[in-house]
Amino acid sequence: MSEAVSALKAAEFTGGIAEVTLMDPIGMISVRGDLTAAYMKKALKKAVGLGLPDTRSVQINGDRGVAWMSPDELLLLCPYDQVSDTIDMLTKCFGSNHTLAVNVSDARAVFRISGAHSRDVLAKLAPVDLSPATFTPGMIRRTRLAQVPAAFWIEEGDSFRLVCFRSVALYVYDLLKIAAQPGSAPVFYSAKP
Amino acid sequence: MLTLTCPNCGITAEETEFHAGGEAHLKRFGPGSSDTEFEQYLFMRDNPKGVHFERWRHVYGCGKWFHAARDTMTLEVFGTYTAQTSTVPQDIINKIMDRRPDWQASTAP
Amino acid sequence: MSTRIATGGRLLNKSNAVSFSFNGKQLRGFEGDTLASALLANDQMLVGRSFKYHRPRGIVAAGPEEPNALVNLGQGDRFEPNQRATTTELFDGLQSESQNHWPSLEFDVGAINKHLSRFLPAGFYYKMFIHPRPFWKHVYEPIIRHSAGLGKAPKDLDGDTYEHFHAFCDVLVIGGGVAGLEAARTAALSGAKVIVLEQTAHWGGRAPVDGGTVDGTPVGAFVDTLVEELSTMENVTLRTRVMGAGVYDHGYVLGYERLTDHAPKTAGPRHRLWRIRAGHIVTATGAIERPLSFSGNDIPGVMLAASVRDYLVNYGVSVGDRTVVVTNNDDAYRTAIALTEAGLTVPAILDARVLPQDSALMARAKDLGIRVMMGHAVARVTGGKRVTGVEVCSQSGEGAVLETFPCDAVAMSGGWSPVVHLWSHCGGKLTWDTAGAMFRPDVNNPPLGADGHGFVTAAGAAAGFFALDDILHDAHAAADGVATTLGFKLPADAVSPNADRQEEAPLAPVWMMPQGANVKLREKTFLDYQNDVKVSDVRLAAQEGFVSVEHAKRYTTLGMATDQGKLSNINGLATLAGAMDADIPAVGTTTFRPPYHPISMGSIAGEARGDVFQPIRRTPLHDWHETNGADWEPVGHWRRPYAYPRKGESTHDAVMREVTNTRSKLGMLDASTLGKIIVKGPDAGRFLDMLYTNMMSSLKPGKCRYGLMCSENGFLIDDGVVARIDEETFLCHTTTGGAESIHQHMEEWLQTEWWDFNVYTANVTEQYAQIAVVGPNARTCLEKLGGMDLSKEALAFMEWADGTLGGFKCRVYRISFSGELSYEIAVDAGQGQAFWDALMVAGNDLGVMPYGTECLHILRAEKGFIMIGDETDGTVIPQDLGLNWAISKKKDDYLGKRAQQRTHMADPTRWKLVGLETTDGSTLPDGAYAVGEGENENGQRNMIGRVTSTYHSPTLGKGIAMGLVLNGPDRMGEVLDFPGTDGKTYQAKIVDPVFYDKEGAKQNV
Repeated sequence: MSEAVSALKAAEFTGGIAEVTLMDPIGMISVRGDLTAAYMKKALKKAVGLGLPDTRSVQINGDRGVAWMSPDELLLLCPYDQVSDTIDMLTKCFGSNHTLAVNVSDARAVFRISGAHSRDVLAKLAPVDLSPATFTPGMIRRTRLAQVPAAFWIEEGDSFRLVCFRSVALYVYDLLKIAAQPGSAPVFYSAKP
Repeated sequence: MLTLTCPNCGITAEETEFHAGGEAHLKRFGPGSSDTEFEQYLFMRDNPKGVHFERWRHVYGCGKWFHAARDTMTLEVFGTYTAQTSTVPQDIINKIMDRRPDWQASTAP
Repeated sequence: MSTRIATGGRLLNKSNAVSFSFNGKQLRGFEGDTLASALLANDQMLVGRSFKYHRPRGIVAAGPEEPNALVNLGQGDRFEPNQRATTTELFDGLQSESQNHWPSLEFDVGAINKHLSRFLPAGFYYKMFIHPRPFWKHVYEPIIRHSAGLGKAPKDLDGDTYEHFHAFCDVLVIGGGVAGLEAARTAALSGAKVIVLEQTAHWGGRAPVDGGTVDGTPVGAFVDTLVEELSTMENVTLRTRVMGAGVYDHGYVLGYERLTDHAPKTAGPRHRLWRIRAGHIVTATGAIERPLSFSGNDIPGVMLAASVRDYLVNYGVSVGDRTVVVTNNDDAYRTAIALTEAGLTVPAILDARVLPQDSALMARAKDLGIRVMMGHAVARVTGGKRVTGVEVCSQSGEGAVLETFPCDAVAMSGGWSPVVHLWSHCGGKLTWDTAGAMFRPDVNNPPLGADGHGFVTAAGAAAGFFALDDILHDAHAAADGVATTLGFKLPADAVSPNADRQEEAPLAPVWMMPQGANVKLREKTFLDYQNDVKVSDVRLAAQEGFVSVEHAKRYTTLGMATDQGKLSNINGLATLAGAMDADIPAVGTTTFRPPYHPISMGSIAGEARGDVFQPIRRTPLHDWHETNGADWEPVGHWRRPYAYPRKGESTHDAVMREVTNTRSKLGMLDASTLGKIIVKGPDAGRFLDMLYTNMMSSLKPGKCRYGLMCSENGFLIDDGVVARIDEETFLCHTTTGGAESIHQHMEEWLQTEWWDFNVYTANVTEQYAQIAVVGPNARTCLEKLGGMDLSKEALAFMEWADGTLGGFKCRVYRISFSGELSYEIAVDAGQGQAFWDALMVAGNDLGVMPYGTECLHILRAEKGFIMIGDETDGTVIPQDLGLNWAISKKKDDYLGKRAQQRTHMADPTRWKLVGLETTDGSTLPDGAYAVGEGENENGQRNMIGRVTSTYHSPTLGKGIAMGLVLNGPDRMGEVLDFPGTDGKTYQAKIVDPVFYDKEGAKQNV
């Protein structure tokens, strides 16, 4: 095997109203099953060391995490090279219960949007209320970014993680660069100067 | 542009995040059904001016289908509810009756 | 003349003079000017020619209601036509040109139309250019197109950028005048999150010009204090230069922000379109003054009275040395008073009313020595490119001239119309206010929101209140009510400010001046300046039966220009009502549609232009394809290599080379775009049996099966190879275009019909790079990489296996869409490029070449394999394509089964798939139809078939095609005629659709 290649070669945008960075590949596992079942709690505990997240929430525990995607779907995060082991562990915990766990790490691209105007930049592209009072740490929002599906959450402070499909990584990167162009801060969701 | 609340994930979002799926509560007719039954199922749709039950999918969100009870004239949304039902839940009927006392609840699927 | 005076100009920064150009002439203005005020300061009253008669036109208004002063702005990639001088802020270096004249503004050939105006009445185009029919396209339209239109179309790509922005609030206040600001303060004090949009660069609206005191403070200072207070509140966002453009369902509002129009060298986007969701909207959009209808009311120098005052107070511009004021209300007296106090001359105020006693404003005017002539009117304004005088008559008469005043400006006021546009956009109804002679919002019929309750409230002048004290009280009460509805509570100590009151005499409606104006006067009395609609045109429309207001509008074009009738609509309605002898409310209004004022196309597009006009989907190998000269083919949003032409090679030759090489040696195809959907669960087999026409539940793990999917309507929608991974898990391949739609199709049936099925799906299309290794050398190539036994015995045709090849973890499917020995290998997308590179190295001495989609098409067509989208078009069922072998007879049901039993589907005369081979080896034109005997009822040849796929096959050295033909399979060997669009008729023989290796010897090695 070779080193896994992310969707784009190094992509980093600075000098605008927010910084946009393509992240190295991270492990992502799509899990479907009965989220309330005991086997799911056990599996989450073992695989990522976390409990079941609330509706539309994300929990992060170091380099692992779990995000609520729909009433019967979670997205697990882990180091890229530990996906197989994590899936094996999940499968063991799930036993004969009706579930699904698949590796989607390579099907996604992950961006970081950071800086004082990160909320404003996202709000140019997503029809989402990004006010600090409404969109708070621990939430994940699945929505659209201009014309493609995306999901994002707050990493810390004014830094967001955004996940999109791999094939549109360049489109999303180009969108974010335009939205973060110098002189374009709406100064709406960021605090008043 | 409408706003709808997805009962599956609880998000209130604008119409661009949803996909409309036409009339709700159709009964499927397969092999063995008469031509008339099949025609009714596949092609014939209500087009009421007023209370309407319809299917929506939260396509840019949780990906789940749900049902909405809506007024096609005023665009008032009486409520949204699970897609896993073939009849309109009573609480939705109550909400409609509350707003449209003249509506014939017996016409609900 | 119009000129800058020493005093006034509260919006100007007189220490910063700026230069600009108009029609190439260098002029000077000040920071804070609009282009209109700067032009007037330079005595440039004539600014354009009218649309139809090319009459000289001057500035009429001071805001977005301006109908005449439209200019071309900027140059090159910053050029934009039809920009309003009154809403264009002046900046240093601004370049402007007037429009709609040739050869020059001063001398315009088109002005001959005004002498022909008797022959150009309403509906002229409809009546004149209808016969003879062909003349419209070839003679009339080209000439009319040349002479019509306003500004020039830009020639260059727009050099600016634009963006959207999504904002949310409890209360959106549109309009930053005193009403808007007071409403915002009230809502904000209640605890609501408030956004205030003001279309100009200034707060306060008209109030600082019109004057008055609020709680003892001059209104200008009151506004400053209010803005200061609001700007310190955390829950308030104040925005200038943002116009509320439209109100839509469920509290959705578009705000049009002009970021750099006034400062074009600033970095960042030019316009921002705010997409706002508000819990409630307060429209504090003020009111627009109406012109009066008298002869010559369009001559440059005739302006709205309040606008004359605006130019004087805001910009220190006097529009004339001698200004006659003509009015039907008290407000215009303010203009006369302001002009007189500024040292200018007002020869007379012509007041159409007859009143028992003087109001305060009248008394003040008289005190200043202004001659007030009650019951008088303008008979005619004289002048051409500029007003020279006013002929006075009695309002009640027919226009007999009593007296003449030489003057160079006329300030007119026909009363005020609340700006009800935003209230009306989403269904808010209007009510006729007889006292004010105006339509105002009907509070009992607001636009309804998601909860079925009103979501728009008008406040201040927009609600029909014009006295400062009334405006403040109305705005306060409106916002209090809105906040309460939303669940907020106004603190008891937050009370409405009070303004001093000055009683005004009531307005008297005047729709024609003088009342009995004859035809000659009416023919020079303009209602719609921009579209040149006169009182006589509206009367003609009524006379000819266009009595519905919507019909009259379209027949006369009243209110259909870029100003959308902001000045003309009410006067037009009243004229129509008068002609019909009906009440104005009975005639009703035309529909108000967004945007309130034109917005740029760029702002609507937002970021979606150039590279991000639409998403382009790239496979993990995209960069390699690009580097290696791929000609791209769009497939959905994907880009796939069509072929890889080499230097000096045509695309066609490249395709031929790729086919020959793949058939004889080794080809590689990027198949990553094919959909890959995992279907898992105890009911997965049962579910797939319903989805596919085939039986999938009987497939053994380790095996693959080609399957067909139909819609419930019976038509073929997708095909692909299904691999059974284990007892409960299947991997379904779909077409490139079908990945998302088939996944959604599956989820739809699982969620909405068979929710009792225990099945989960996952779309893993993008997780993998999938590479087809195809050709006689395929196995050898993979064996060179090593790691798996790929012999015929270990991995037979239509089997799959997991393993490693050359160290790459992979899944190998032995499937073939080409008829060759073929493997499709899936690796993680992040490994795709490295794996492709390893294959290229391994295949180097085996003759490996990449091939594109066109080669893929030829390979499959040679084998008679169908392609979704070529052989299918949404009306084709599998039975049409000879695919009965893939339709299970054992299943009671599958999606489409019942539909395929319908008589039309079972009709033996449905066109069926056959192969077609031209008699001379040429290639049939794509989509060509086969013609048979006789003609149909329209006199056209009867059609008996059509070409669905057609290629030149280098393997066979001739043209091959597939087509759907009436009774096709029973007509083998028959030769059909296919007329081409090139005038030639092609002849093709009906043959078996499998042209190459029918036994499958090549793929089963």
